[in-house]
Amino acid sequence: MSTRQLYRITHETRYAYAANVVHSHHLLHLVPRPAPNQQCLEHALLISPAPTCRRDEIDAFGNPVTRIELQSPHRDLNVRTDMQIAVHSRPNVPADETHPWERVASSLAYHGHWPARTNLDICRFRHESAYVRVKRAFTDFGAECFVRGKPVLSCASDLMRTLHRELRYAPGATDVSTPLMEVLEKRHGVCQDFAHLMIACLRSRGLAARYVSGYIRSDLSPTAAPEAPLIGGGASHAWVAVYSPPFGWIELDPTNNIWVGIEHVAVAWGRDFGDVSPLRGIILGGGRHKLSVNVTVEALDALN
Amino acid sequence: MSRIIRPAAPGAAYLGGYAADARRYDELLDGTGAIRPHWKALFDRLDTEPGADVTRRGIELTRRLITESGVTYNVYADPKGADRPWALDPLPLMISATEWRLIERGVAQRARVLEALLADLYGPQRLIAEGVVPPELPFGHPNFLWPAHGIVPAGGTWLHIYAVDLARAPDGRWWVLADRTQSPSGAGYALENREIIEQVLPDPLRDLDVRKLRGFFAALRVHLLESVDPGESALAVVLTPGPFNETYFEHAYLARQLGVALAEGTDLTVRNDTVYLKTLAGLKRVHAILRRLDDDFCDPLELRSDSALGVPGLLGAVRAGRVVLANALGTGVLESAAWLGFHPGVAERLFDEELILPSVATWWCGEAPALQYVLANINDLVIGPAYPNQHFEPVFGRALIGSAREAMITRLRTRPYAYVAQEHLALSQAPVLRGQGISGFAAKAVTIRVYAFATSAGRIVMPGGLARVATDASVNAVTTQRGGASKDIWVLPDPQQTAPPGESTSGSARTSARQDLTPSRLVENLYWMGRYTVRCEDKAGLLRATLAVRVDPQVWSSAVRMCRELDVIAADVDPKTSLHDDGDPHGLVADIRRLNWCASQVRGRLSAGCWQAVSSLQQQLHASVLAREAPRQTLDRLLLSLAALAGFALDDMTQDAGWRLLRIGRRLERLQFVARLLAQHLSTDTAKQHGPVEWMLNVCDSLRIYRPRYVAAPRLGPMLDLLIRDAEHPRALAFQSQAITRDMHRLTEILQLETSDAVDEPIPVLTDSQLMVLEGDGPAAAAARLHLAARLQKLAAAAGRFSDRLSMRQFSHTSLDSHALAS
Repeated sequence: MSTRQLYRITHETRYAYAANVVHSHHLLHLVPRPAPNQQCLEHALLISPAPTCRRDEIDAFGNPVTRIELQSPHRDLNVRTDMQIAVHSRPNVPADETHPWERVASSLAYHGHWPARTNLDICRFRHESAYVRVKRAFTDFGAECFVRGKPVLSCASDLMRTLHRELRYAPGATDVSTPLMEVLEKRHGVCQDFAHLMIACLRSRGLAARYVSGYIRSDLSPTAAPEAPLIGGGASHAWVAVYSPPFGWIELDPTNNIWVGIEHVAVAWGRDFGDVSPLRGIILGGGRHKLSVNVTVEALDALN
Repeated sequence: MSRIIRPAAPGAAYLGGYAADARRYDELLDGTGAIRPHWKALFDRLDTEPGADVTRRGIELTRRLITESGVTYNVYADPKGADRPWALDPLPLMISATEWRLIERGVAQRARVLEALLADLYGPQRLIAEGVVPPELPFGHPNFLWPAHGIVPAGGTWLHIYAVDLARAPDGRWWVLADRTQSPSGAGYALENREIIEQVLPDPLRDLDVRKLRGFFAALRVHLLESVDPGESALAVVLTPGPFNETYFEHAYLARQLGVALAEGTDLTVRNDTVYLKTLAGLKRVHAILRRLDDDFCDPLELRSDSALGVPGLLGAVRAGRVVLANALGTGVLESAAWLGFHPGVAERLFDEELILPSVATWWCGEAPALQYVLANINDLVIGPAYPNQHFEPVFGRALIGSAREAMITRLRTRPYAYVAQEHLALSQAPVLRGQGISGFAAKAVTIRVYAFATSAGRIVMPGGLARVATDASVNAVTTQRGGASKDIWVLPDPQQTAPPGESTSGSARTSARQDLTPSRLVENLYWMGRYTVRCEDKAGLLRATLAVRVDPQVWSSAVRMCRELDVIAADVDPKTSLHDDGDPHGLVADIRRLNWCASQVRGRLSAGCWQAVSSLQQQLHASVLAREAPRQTLDRLLLSLAALAGFALDDMTQDAGWRLLRIGRRLERLQFVARLLAQHLSTDTAKQHGPVEWMLNVCDSLRIYRPRYVAAPRLGPMLDLLIRDAEHPRALAFQSQAITRDMHRLTEILQLETSDAVDEPIPVLTDSQLMVLEGDGPAAAAARLHLAARLQKLAAAAGRFSDRLSMRQFSHTSLDSHALAS
C-alpha cells in the first residue's frame, strides 16, 4: 500500500460571454491550503486577460483566496490552476473509539464557561450557514444512525452510507441555488448536495461539520468498490469533515461512500460551498455566457 | 380596588375622558390622578385655549402637514400606489430632565459596551474564549460576517449610529427591549416629526425650551469624513435598497438632511478597492457610506451572492480601509434578544461597570438551566427567535395550547440555542388624541427609540427620539408594535447641563465644492421619464386624431397605416382596441407602465402633485376599461393628465442637471416622433391632400394655431412651415432642436464637461419657394417630397444615436456598454 501519492492537477475554467464584460470582480479559491496530510510542491494560477488588480490573501477560514478585478472590456475569461501535490495516506481511525455523539454535541454547547480555546474554531461549523439550513427534516433523515451512546464517527459513517443509498447521483439535476430541502425531497443531486445534506444532518444534531472542496482521482478503482471508478473526477469535488474527538476532524466522502484518503486532494474548507466556491464573481455587461470547466487529476507516481 | 385612575386636576376639562390603567405606569398621571409635574407646563398652555379646539386643530394641521411633506411609510411596496401616510400624534411624550439624564447616560454606556463587544467578536474573540458570551450567539447569527473577521474599520468605529428601544415598566423604570445596531431606522422620522410639531405647537415648544434635535446628523457627517485628505473633496452617500423599501422616505430625507447623494448599489462601483459614485459628471470617490442596506446584502461578491442590491467589492474597499461604513459591516450580529442576558457580563468584564439601564428579563435557551426554567414557566413567558432568519413572530407561552404547545416544546428541546424567552412587560401608557371627531385623550401603550451618534466630540445621545404608540390600548408584547402611530419626544431642558455640541451648532461639515452629485441612474430615469411622458402624449394624440377620422374612409385608412408604420399599433390590431392592449410591447399601456416605473425610481425628486399625476395614469386607464368608456373620452382625459404631469415636472423641480436631462428627453422624443411622422406622411401619395394634412395637424395638436395664422384650409406647405421651421411653436422640429442645444450648453457648463454633444443632423432648412415646390404636382414635386422624407428619417436616426451617446457617456460611464439601453 502506498503511503504517498504525487498528483499533477489542472483545473481550467472558461467563460465565453455573448457581449463585452465591462467590469468584473472575482473571488478564487484555487490555491490548495496547507493540510497535515498533503503538501503542495508547485503551484501556478494563470488568469487571462490579465487582471487590473490581483490580491492573494488568506480568508477567515485559513484558505488561500485570490481576489481579482478586471477593468478592461473582455469577451472571455480563462482561469487555470496547475499544481503538483503530494498526498500522504492517513492513519486508520477506529470509529468505535470516538466519543458518543451526544457527548460531542454537548461538549460543544455553551455551559456558562469555556473549557478550551481550540473549541472556538470547531464551533464555527455547528450552525446554520447560507447553503446549509438546520431544520427538523434533517434531524429526521438518517435518524436511525444516531443510536443513543453510539460513537460519533460510527454515526457519521452510517449516515454517509444511508445518504449514498438514498440519494441518486444526478449531474445537472441541481445547481448551486437548489435548496437543500428540494435535494432531500427529490433524493438526487451532485457532490455538493451530498456534502451539504450530510452537513445539515450532522449540524441539526448539534455536531460540527465542515465542507471540504477539492479534487478526486477517478482513473483508479477505489478500495470500496473495485468495479467502478470514483465519482467526481473531471470537475471539482466536495466532501465532509466531521469533528470526531479524540481524533479531531475526520473526512468522509458521501458521494462515493468512502473515507477520504489518498485519492482526495483538498483545496479549501469552510462552512459550506459559499465560503470556498472555486470561482465566484460579479460582472457588468456580458449578456449570456457559456461556461466550461475542465479538471484533470494525473497520478504521477506512488512512492512507498 | 379600582383599576382605573381618573384625572384629578380640576382645570383640565378636556382630560375628562382620560382613564389611566392602575396596573401600568401612566406617563401623564400619577397614582392620585394628578398630572405629573413635567407634563403640567404643557397642559397649562393647552388649557389657555378651549381644549376641544386645540385637539381638532392639532389633528387637522398635523394631517395636512404630513400630506404636504409627503411623509410616508411602506409606500413603495405597493406599486398600485396605496400610500400609507406616516401617523403622528400631535401631543408629544414629555420626559423630565432628571429622567433624561439617566436615559442619556444609560444609552451612551450601552453604545460603548456594544462597540467593544463588536470589536472583540470581529477581532480576538476573547469574550467567547473566556466564556463571557456563548459562541452560538455570533456564530449562529446570519449577520455575523466571517469575511469581515479581522477587519478593523477605518477610523476604528463600528457603531456610528446606535439605537435602542426602551419601555417603561409599572415600577417606573425604563427597560431595554431591543438594540438596533446595523442601520437603525427612525431617526429621520423623528426629525420630520419635530418639524411638523414645530408648526402645530410652536409656542409651547419655544416656551418650554424643549431640547433640540437638529445638528446630530451634521455632526455625524463631520465625523464620518474627518479623516479625508484636505486636498480631496469629501463625499458621503446614503446607500438605500431602493424605492421599494418600507423606509425609503427616510432614506431620501436623511440624504437631504445630510446634504449627500442618495445612492442605490448600482450607483456605486468599486475599482482598485476604492468606492466611486457614478455621477453625471463622472466617477467621484466616496469616502463614507451611511448604509440602509442589511449586512449580508452589501457585497454580492463576498456575502450573499443573490443580492442585486449591494456593491460588488465593497468588503474589499472596507478591508483596505478606503471607505467608512456607518455602521460597519457585520454590526447586525448584535440584533438579537439572546444577547440581552449577556450584556451585563460583557460590561463587567470589559469596563468593570454595571449597566445603568436594565434589560427585560431574558432567557437564552442554549444554556441548560435557562431551558429548564423556560419549560417550567412557559405560561408566563414570550418565546421568540434568537436569530433574525428564523421567520416567526414571538408567541405568548400561555397562548400555546394542545399540539402547538407540544411542537414548541419539541423545538425548544431539539435546538434550544435558537430560542429566547422573555418576561411580559406591561408597557406604560401615554395620552393620545382620540381624533375621528371625538375630542379628548385616550391612554395607549408606548415605547421609545433613542439614538446615540458617534461624533468628533465623542458619542452623543440625541435628546428626544421616536415614541411609538400601539394601536391597541393594552398590548403586553415586548415586541415593537407594527403599525400604530408615532409621537415626538420632548425632553425638558436640564439646568445642570449645557447643551452638547450636536445641539448647539449645526455642524461645520466640510462641504465639498459645489458639484452635481446626482447619481447617473437617477438622472437616467429622469431622462426616460421625460421621454416616456412625451411618447405617451404623442401616441395618445395620434390615436385620438385617428379615431376622429373614422368617418372618412380615405383618411382613415392612411391614418391607420401611419399608426402601424410608426409602431403605435401592431399590424393586426384595431386602433380602438389598441388602447387597452396590455400585451403589445409598443402599445400605450406598456409605455404608461414604463413611465410609471421611471417615475417610481426618481420618486424622491418629484413633487407630491407630480407623483400623483403619474400614479393616476395607470389607474385612470384601468378604470376606463372597466367602465367600457368611449376611447375618445379616455384619450382626452389621458392627454389632460399627461399635460398636468408635464407641468409639474417642468415647473416643480429644481432646475439642475437632472431637470435639464428630463427636458432634453422630452425634446428629443418629440423631435424623433415629429420627424418620423412627417417623413411617413411625405412618403405617401396623399401627402398634399386636404384630409391627411388636417389629420397631421390634429395629431400634432397644431390645428388651433394653423387656422388663425394661415387663414386657409389645411395645406401641405403651411403645415411643413409650422411643423418644421417655426422656432416658436413647441411642436415644431426647429423648436426642439434649439431647446436641446440650449439645454446641452447649460449642462456642459454645470457639469464642467470638456465638450458638448449635439444631434449630428440638421433640421432641414426650407425656403418659401421650396415649400411651394413641395406642394406642387408632378414628378419633380413628388421627388422633392421623397427627398425631404429621407432627410427627416436621417434626422430621426441621428436623434436616436444622440440618445445612445448620452446614455453611454453620462449614465453608464463606459464607451461600450451599448446594450444597457435600447430605445
